[in-house]
Amino acid sequence: MTAEVVRIEGLHKSFDKLEVLRGIDLAVREHEVVCLIGASGSGKSTLLRCINLLEAIDAGRILIDRTDITLPGVDANKIRRRIGIVFQAFNLFPHMSVLDNVTLGPRRVLRLPRDRAEDDATELLARFGLADKRTEYPDRLSGGQQQRVAIVRALAMHPDLMLLDEITSALDPELVAEVLSVVRELAAGGMTMIIATHEMGFARDIANRVCFLDAGRILEDGPPSRIFSAPTEPRTRQFLDRVIAAGRM
Amino acid sequence: MISPSGLPAQPAVSTGRRRRDGGRSILIAVVSTLVFFSVIGWVIVSSPSWPLVQHDFFDAEVFWRYLPVIGSAFVTNIALFLITEVLVLILGLFIAVLRSLPGPVFFPVRLVAIAYADIFRGVPSLLIIYVLGFGIAGLGIPGVPNDPFFWAAVSLTLVYTAYVSEVYRAGIESIHPSQAAAARSLGLTQAQALRYVVIPQAVRRVIPPLLNDFIGLQKDTVLVSYLGLVEAFRTANIEQQSIFNYTPYLALSVIFLVITLPLTRLTDYLVARDRRRFLAGAR
Repeated sequence: MTAEVVRIEGLHKSFDKLEVLRGIDLAVREHEVVCLIGASGSGKSTLLRCINLLEAIDAGRILIDRTDITLPGVDANKIRRRIGIVFQAFNLFPHMSVLDNVTLGPRRVLRLPRDRAEDDATELLARFGLADKRTEYPDRLSGGQQQRVAIVRALAMHPDLMLLDEITSALDPELVAEVLSVVRELAAGGMTMIIATHEMGFARDIANRVCFLDAGRILEDGPPSRIFSAPTEPRTRQFLDRVIAAGRM
Repeated sequence: MISPSGLPAQPAVSTGRRRRDGGRSILIAVVSTLVFFSVIGWVIVSSPSWPLVQHDFFDAEVFWRYLPVIGSAFVTNIALFLITEVLVLILGLFIAVLRSLPGPVFFPVRLVAIAYADIFRGVPSLLIIYVLGFGIAGLGIPGVPNDPFFWAAVSLTLVYTAYVSEVYRAGIESIHPSQAAAARSLGLTQAQALRYVVIPQAVRRVIPPLLNDFIGLQKDTVLVSYLGLVEAFRTANIEQQSIFNYTPYLALSVIFLVITLPLTRLTDYLVARDRRRFLAGAR
């Protein structure tokens, strides 16, 4: 059995009076790909942002490699550099070229010399078909290209874990495939990932496990073959029926 | 019928009409402008005291005689605003960053920064120049210079840093938090996120309002004449009193326009360009 990368116990998170996460328990092992599905507002994004310490949690524990990262005095920056996150809206830095976007973390956080960071970035960009975009600025790229650059930017830190937060939701339908194929390649390479997604077909293909979130709880957790064909919870069935009716699966 | 470009004649007719419309609006604009300024000019020139005013304010001979004198005194104003602008650019950003430091620990720092910006924006520049230039300089503290140029630069720097820090702060706050979040998610510290991601974007965004404040600063250099600094305004003032003619002020106004107009036009151009970009970005 491979090692546990993430363990979440009894995680609660509220924004003012709105309780978004109401007791999440989840463990993810090395090389595992876990997809979070559920309606908008069910807490998928908030859960990912909590794992990366971008949101302060109210109760519970998050362990990364068996170290509790929610204890006071933990260096959040040290944790974050090992966890890559890719956002729905790409969040590339518009004032920097693609190369500078990708090398910012390695140069300023890992303190790599410029030429080494750039060699590394160039190699990663080439691997994902972006070699000729090195010197472009983000606003000159298509949405699909921007999102692939954002993935490369996260990968450049050589993270142990990748969090993907609905990374195809802001894309035109014809651009979704190129981004998903990048994620497939990462999965094939053994990257541990937690993926919040509305792409059910993709989740079924790529996930080792699928978690259905409803109102801030993980209602159902299992292999995609079971969740998608024989969900036990009525809420899961209802959600999947709606997704099928909407033609998203 | 085939137009010179080889295209069918139909579009050429419609562009032709548009061009004629363009020509007509230019004609209307020219006529309307001529009428407007002729009427105003006629009202002024035909007023009973016009010859007197013309002699006192628009004496061509006096204008050309004093333009070089005032121009060479204007070097002091240029030196003053160049030095002040550099200091303001640096200090303004520093104050803005202090004011955006998060957390309860930095509350006193934020408080001082807010109080500073409020006071120096709320008190007329002239009063600040008086208080610092005569008050502090008059204390006679050893080592503190009482050179009027020094205190002029200090006063203007303090006043305009207060304005510019607010401009920077607005720029910093206009950068979407997702940018800082993306930087933090790579492991950058708060300070690094500010330095490499937020501030570079904020500064680009506030260049037009910054230039606007600089135009104000350049004009306000005349205020320091009250400290006894013989700069361009004081020179014009001295000449006016010796010849009982106000034309030297006109000469100084023209000098100011030569300096500020290009900056004004540049600012307008940058504002228009930003708006075009914003509209293009909004799609």
